[in-house]
Amino acid sequence: MSEFLQLVFSGLTVGAVYALVALGFTLVYNASDVINFAQGDFVMIGGMGTVFLAAAGFSLPLATLIAILAAVVVGLLLHRLAVEPARGASPVTLIMITIGASIFIKGVAQLVFDKQFHSLPPFSGADPISIGGASFLPQSLWVIGGTLAILIALWLFLEKTLLGKALLATAANRLAALLVGINVRVVLALAFAVSAAIGAVAGILVTPITLTRYDVGTLFALKGFAAAMVGGMGHPVGAVAGGLLIGLMEAFGAGYVSSTYKDAVAFVMILVVLFAMPQGLFGRRSLERV
Amino acid sequence: MLAAVVTSRLATLLFLALVIAVVPVLAPSSFYLRVASLVWIFALAALGLTILMGYAGQVSLGHAGFLGIGAYAVAVGPARLGLDPLLSFFLGAALCGLVAYAVGKPILRLKGYYLAIATLGFGLIVALVLHSEAAVTGGPDGIQVARITLFGWRISGATTWYWVTAGALMIGAALALNIAASPSGRTLRALHDSEVAATGVGVDVAARKLAAFVVSAVYAGVAGGLLALMNGFITPETASFMHSIELVAMVIIGGTGSVLGAVVGSAFLTVLPQALTILQEYEQAVLGLLIMVFMIFLPAGIVSSLKRFVLDRAP
Repeated sequence: MSEFLQLVFSGLTVGAVYALVALGFTLVYNASDVINFAQGDFVMIGGMGTVFLAAAGFSLPLATLIAILAAVVVGLLLHRLAVEPARGASPVTLIMITIGASIFIKGVAQLVFDKQFHSLPPFSGADPISIGGASFLPQSLWVIGGTLAILIALWLFLEKTLLGKALLATAANRLAALLVGINVRVVLALAFAVSAAIGAVAGILVTPITLTRYDVGTLFALKGFAAAMVGGMGHPVGAVAGGLLIGLMEAFGAGYVSSTYKDAVAFVMILVVLFAMPQGLFGRRSLERV
Repeated sequence: MLAAVVTSRLATLLFLALVIAVVPVLAPSSFYLRVASLVWIFALAALGLTILMGYAGQVSLGHAGFLGIGAYAVAVGPARLGLDPLLSFFLGAALCGLVAYAVGKPILRLKGYYLAIATLGFGLIVALVLHSEAAVTGGPDGIQVARITLFGWRISGATTWYWVTAGALMIGAALALNIAASPSGRTLRALHDSEVAATGVGVDVAARKLAAFVVSAVYAGVAGGLLALMNGFITPETASFMHSIELVAMVIIGGTGSVLGAVVGSAFLTVLPQALTILQEYEQAVLGLLIMVFMIFLPAGIVSSLKRFVLDRAP
């Protein structure tokens, strides 16, 4: 039982990060129909940025703030310089553009930062808390609490502010949004900025637990993407559920089956879900128009 | 006249043969021959993807997985099972076809982004297995590949490998061109343009896609086998995600659906890192930038854009 609980804790912690990455995917996908493979690199920018800024003498809160802003700037540049000029391109071309962007960001990160693994000190101590024979780090609470806070903030933003409603309107129907006077270009840029900020926060929260390096973005992107797909592409609640589910399955897979193949779990899950429920867990069944 | 030449199958092959014949004359040292051999090998893998992406319109972000299977077959066959290297080579290609059949049957039902991620996942799992099953594959450190002997003749040396790989590419190109012009090539393009319309005129869409996937996997497997045999050493890096992306980038940069495009794309992405070795730290940044620039400004690729340029001006 204690082992089970232990796996649940670690699964939820990692799953919360996947959920945040998936949420970033979903925001951008809904607003612009683009799958942004560089989403994982925002996680890296958040983590690495904070590590290096903190090492340069900035206080931790200031370092995190600058790192998040840096990720937002990268997100805006990505939208302005790479995605917007290619509007209307095929999905494969768009995939390749964001993959190119992801490779580019990693290449630059190697130069700006370095190729070593880095960590941050846990935000509130490293003394494990134990419940029911299982123990977890206080940082796990930060990750899960941070995820909840972001979810609530995002919900408030989308439902209660005019800008958020403009984003939802654009996601629902871009042409109609344009007709009622929404500046769609600004809204799309906003989607990239918000998803970059979410990714960066995820990276900062999880770095004390999982370490970070210039290339950690790839796996985060893939698993976040898997989470978004499992939950049903374009569905925010689905993205969160998918993230937690993949985190849990990965932890159970690593604990009970084989830790070597834990990275394969996400993909096996995608396949299982897609074949059993082609629209994902929360996605609506769509009719194909001919 | 010009239009006829640009679109002719024979002209494409003759042009390729000419390039292959001229390179050794111009190459100042055997290093250049080795780079050229790598170009032919990756062109072969890109050709397979051309059939899948260009003809059938399906994407695979995990084709380096097949490259890896083909490569490890020639390494593991002789070393662990005591098989003849040549036999291992063909078994590897056949294994790629079999795996593609088994994986493709469920996966190819997916479309667009979903298919991209599913194939990506496949490639990742192959790389993971090659990494982890160290007892068989040698793990992350890689594995030595036995030299190949044909009728008592040991294939080695840059010049020999240049001609072997060039020959393999010529055969692959001829096959790809013939597939394009055959009835099955036409059905592939029909389902590329509209699956519904293709189904309507009686094309078995699922079976056709699967066939294209299997053929493209065998191309990649053969390329992987050649790569391993030529280098004499192989690591799980062969099957990496980056490699899969490079293969797709070769196809798109050259010009999706064009046989010469696959060769041009392969030349571009194989020669470039060699030229950039002086700026090794910048290699990844430059590669990412190039992929972005090409996708944004020349999505049709080099060869297709050139072709259109010539055809538009042909009388």
